[in-house]
Amino acid sequence: MFDWLFRYANPARFMGLSGAVLPWLAAATAVVLGVGLWLSFSVPPDYQQGMTVLILFIHVPAVTMAAAAYGTIAVCSLFSLINRHILADVAARAAAPFGALFTALGLITGSLWGRPTWGTYWVWDARLTSFLLLLFIYIGYMALWSAIEDEVKAARAAAILALVGAVDIPIIHYSVEWWNTLHQGESLLSGGFSPVFLWPLLVMMLGYGLLFVTLWLMRIRTEIVNRRARALMQRDAA
Amino acid sequence: MTPFFALLGRDLRLSVREGGGAALALGFFALVATLVPLGVGPDLVLLSKVGGGILWVGAVLAALLSLDRLFQADYEDGSLDLIAVSPLSLEAAAAAKIAAHWLSTGLPLTLLSPLLALMFGLPLAASLMLFLSLLVGTPVVSAVGAIGASLILGLRRGGLLLPLIMLPLLTPAVIFGAGTVSAALNGMPNGAFEILAAFSFAGTLLSPFVAAAGVRLNLAG
Amino acid sequence: MITSLTAEKLTVQRGSRRLVEGLSFTVKAGQALALEGANGAGKTSLLRLIAGFLPAAAGKVTLRDGATDICEPEERGKHIGWLGHHDALKASFTVSEQLAFFGKLYGRPLRPEERLALLDEVGLTRQAELPCRYLSAGQRRRLALARLLLTARPLWLLDEPFAALDIAGKALVGRLIARHCGQGGIVLAATHEPLGLGNESLRL
Repeated sequence: MFDWLFRYANPARFMGLSGAVLPWLAAATAVVLGVGLWLSFSVPPDYQQGMTVLILFIHVPAVTMAAAAYGTIAVCSLFSLINRHILADVAARAAAPFGALFTALGLITGSLWGRPTWGTYWVWDARLTSFLLLLFIYIGYMALWSAIEDEVKAARAAAILALVGAVDIPIIHYSVEWWNTLHQGESLLSGGFSPVFLWPLLVMMLGYGLLFVTLWLMRIRTEIVNRRARALMQRDAA
Repeated sequence: MTPFFALLGRDLRLSVREGGGAALALGFFALVATLVPLGVGPDLVLLSKVGGGILWVGAVLAALLSLDRLFQADYEDGSLDLIAVSPLSLEAAAAAKIAAHWLSTGLPLTLLSPLLALMFGLPLAASLMLFLSLLVGTPVVSAVGAIGASLILGLRRGGLLLPLIMLPLLTPAVIFGAGTVSAALNGMPNGAFEILAAFSFAGTLLSPFVAAAGVRLNLAG
Repeated sequence: MITSLTAEKLTVQRGSRRLVEGLSFTVKAGQALALEGANGAGKTSLLRLIAGFLPAAAGKVTLRDGATDICEPEERGKHIGWLGHHDALKASFTVSEQLAFFGKLYGRPLRPEERLALLDEVGLTRQAELPCRYLSAGQRRRLALARLLLTARPLWLLDEPFAALDIAGKALVGRLIARHCGQGGIVLAATHEPLGLGNESLRL
């Protein structure tokens, strides 16, 4: 079923394909993000929240991508363990820093959005708390990768950790929601969106998605080149 | 069954002879219970409100203390190789070591908890629920911790990395464990205990398989 | 009854280093094979591969049990008597306790007399109640040999079996290997010294 995927998963083929696609992706990212930002700024100020609703256009896509990036890592980890494919290893590792950055961005923008609304820079609401934990999970994942010297072993260990996390994260999220309703009541960050907000939001989401894919592919390419360099150096040393 | 109990018994004996038994974990637990009031003040009303959560966090941290050595000692002296070719499967071996760890760490912590609950002014019902929640919840701390322990084998700073990767994964246990105590304090059942039991059961059942995978990974080294 | 061990086009890889490529050999019941080579050549890694700890980068290992072929690494492990670099002895356990533990672990629980008989064979009778931390390197090796005998496995994988032993100890190892082969067992040993059996050797 995945034969077509594996044909392109050969590192050399991947380098060729990604090299061709990347300039277009980068251009598309710039365009979409530009349009998204323009749409965000053209939105009429919300009667309740004023211009701070803008932060939502940066915050919501960020947290969505933070979760999507983890999903990507989980899928790559699955391939890594089942197929033992180097590209899966590299792809998983490459996605992590961006996932962490999106999570951090989500936390910061969530905090900034909350200040005028709640009066403090931080509240322990379900969404922020869940994403704080997700940030720790990302950091732990990256730390495990860095700590193990053997690249293959590091990839497998990180893959196991990522998959355990993937199973646990929904449970963590549920438990944090439960905890929040126990102590505080409904989450303060939820609320419906009126349709005028929908388009800028969707465009920004697309833009973030393109940004992630562009940066991710670039990082995978860098890592592949690094590995080749390391292999050459080892061969020279022997 | 005998190979399983042989390994479990050996690990228990080792924890007493070479690991100081439960002393380290119990001491740490008691210290946490002492330091927190020193940090937040002696107001028993306040302490009784936070006691359940503080003691749960303290128990989890105390249980994690000795986890990085779970497989490490056997890995370093070659015992893991001999266990791997024994009639015992790696999954069963992991389960035996998890059980031994809980018996020598989680269980003693649970038994000490009523005394510490006293220091936080928890009423009897809450104290009982703290005890029960720890009894049911500490096994999953040992079990999930074993997964982390299997992944960090052979790392020099593994002991520092282990809590970092394990603690986020254990938040449900802390939340529902403390939630159980809250329910007893408020007199309002909130389902926390049941969810904790389910989480613990599932986690403890599945962990040996994942920990075995982690061990297998490191056997090659 | 294990009748043979066959390696076909085996590639042994540690991390990203290929230590051995395209290795093929067969050892039949009653035979011993010595693995020779410089340090780091891959002797230990090859042994670990055969034991099922290290996956083969290429090729396969087959254990023939009469008519059945055992190719699964973990299944193979159940027929292996392992004597590794490390002694796997716990400092606080006595010699006797260690044997008792391994007996139970391998499903061959020993009565005290049987334990003593085993210790007699390897020359550790007087050390039976001594905690392992007081054993010399040679004595630790002898205990490891006793454990090897205890597990009663047909295929012996020995990593430097003569290391740390005095002349009497080395003679003991030679005797045990000869007897094991005489009983139809197979021995694969990584060693710098000759096994003294007129056996084949493989240079890595």
